Amino acid sequence: MIHFLANPARFMRIGQAVLPWCWAVAGLCIGTGLWFALIVSPADYQQGESVRIMYIHVPSAWMALGVYTLIAVVSAMALVWKHPLAFLIGRAAAPLGAGFTVICLITGSLWGQTSWGTWWVWDARLTSVLVLFFLYLGYMALGAAFDDADRGNRAAALLALVGAVNVPIIKFSVDWWSTLHQPASVLRVGGPSIHPSMLTPLLLMAVGFIAYFLALLILRVRAEIAQRKVQAAMMVGATAPGMQTHET
Amino acid sequence: MSQSAPPRRALTAKRRRLYLLLAAGLTLAGAAALILNAFQDSLVFFLTPTELKAKAPPRERVIRIGGLVEEGSVRKAEGGLQVRFAITDLTNRVEVTYRGILPDLFREGQGVVAQGQMDADGVFAAKEVLAKHDETYMPKEVADALKKSGQWKPGQKGASGAKDGKAGAP
Repeated sequence: MIHFLANPARFMRIGQAVLPWCWAVAGLCIGTGLWFALIVSPADYQQGESVRIMYIHVPSAWMALGVYTLIAVVSAMALVWKHPLAFLIGRAAAPLGAGFTVICLITGSLWGQTSWGTWWVWDARLTSVLVLFFLYLGYMALGAAFDDADRGNRAAALLALVGAVNVPIIKFSVDWWSTLHQPASVLRVGGPSIHPSMLTPLLLMAVGFIAYFLALLILRVRAEIAQRKVQAAMMVGATAPGMQTHET
Repeated sequence: MSQSAPPRRALTAKRRRLYLLLAAGLTLAGAAALILNAFQDSLVFFLTPTELKAKAPPRERVIRIGGLVEEGSVRKAEGGLQVRFAITDLTNRVEVTYRGILPDLFREGQGVVAQGQMDADGVFAAKEVLAKHDETYMPKEVADALKKSGQWKPGQKGASGAKDGKAGAP
């Protein structure tokens, strides 16, 4: 399966077929999700209306972690099997993951101010998510820091794998140490501790975010492959003897 | 059986890279676990009253203590800025004084984290009080119904059950 998808042309054919569905699911889920989140769902018994921040904050936090995990997995595949497409997917996913992390941090800060009474504290959960954001930035910067694209890809992939240590730390920080941030509400032993009327919009938004991410990822990979083709064509054109005499 | 020899040779470059990566990953995970374990004390955000009693940090050190606001312990001075309450983990309690604006979620039975120092008579002088909420989310009607029917889970804000008991409700 993995090796089957490693062929860029085949990957793009499948991506092309999946793309409209991704847009449709994203639009539908985020649309109805927002309607449920902002209008239909009730206010929280403790936090009141400000609980609605959750419907953006939590899905972006899941995406921040999920996208990083994806980058780590494709980086491992790229390093072991040298699939050029795997590097490409990782590099294409990174800005999207960083974006989700920023949304998570900003909405979390707003929510923290209303519920906890502070914009920011250095507890284990908040700090480890900030580290995740820096890992994204480091991954993107390192990948772009080499003239040789291949070396950049390898260095960035290695960083992504080292940084993967942070993923379980983020997830379990609220269980291992005392934090201001509350423990998990959905992915926890004993089932969700969140009322179905509030879980529905949350899951709708999460599915919508995933579909939105996939759509953008396919677009970005497609653009990257197209750019490589153009570059390759230009290289051929530039070295063609007829071309040079024409230019000068 | 004669086929058992070739696989040793067949350690291709891909296989070697895979094993190398797995070994490096395991080493890294082990190192991370050791480091986090060693820094356990500085990774916790607050101490519970019981941990505070056991560790007894030096008085001049700024620390955070966390727990529930003890039921019936909140005393507000006129003006409402000066407040005195107790933080409890249902085993031990710490008296806290604070002057300032409290977060909206601050109430008896609610989780809080206070930052400050112990003063001479064993009262915690807080410079900052933050509200901490748990992972339970539900509409107000559901919470009221649960409390009414006596099905309020003891885990969540254990003290609110105590309040009902004290009031002699249902």
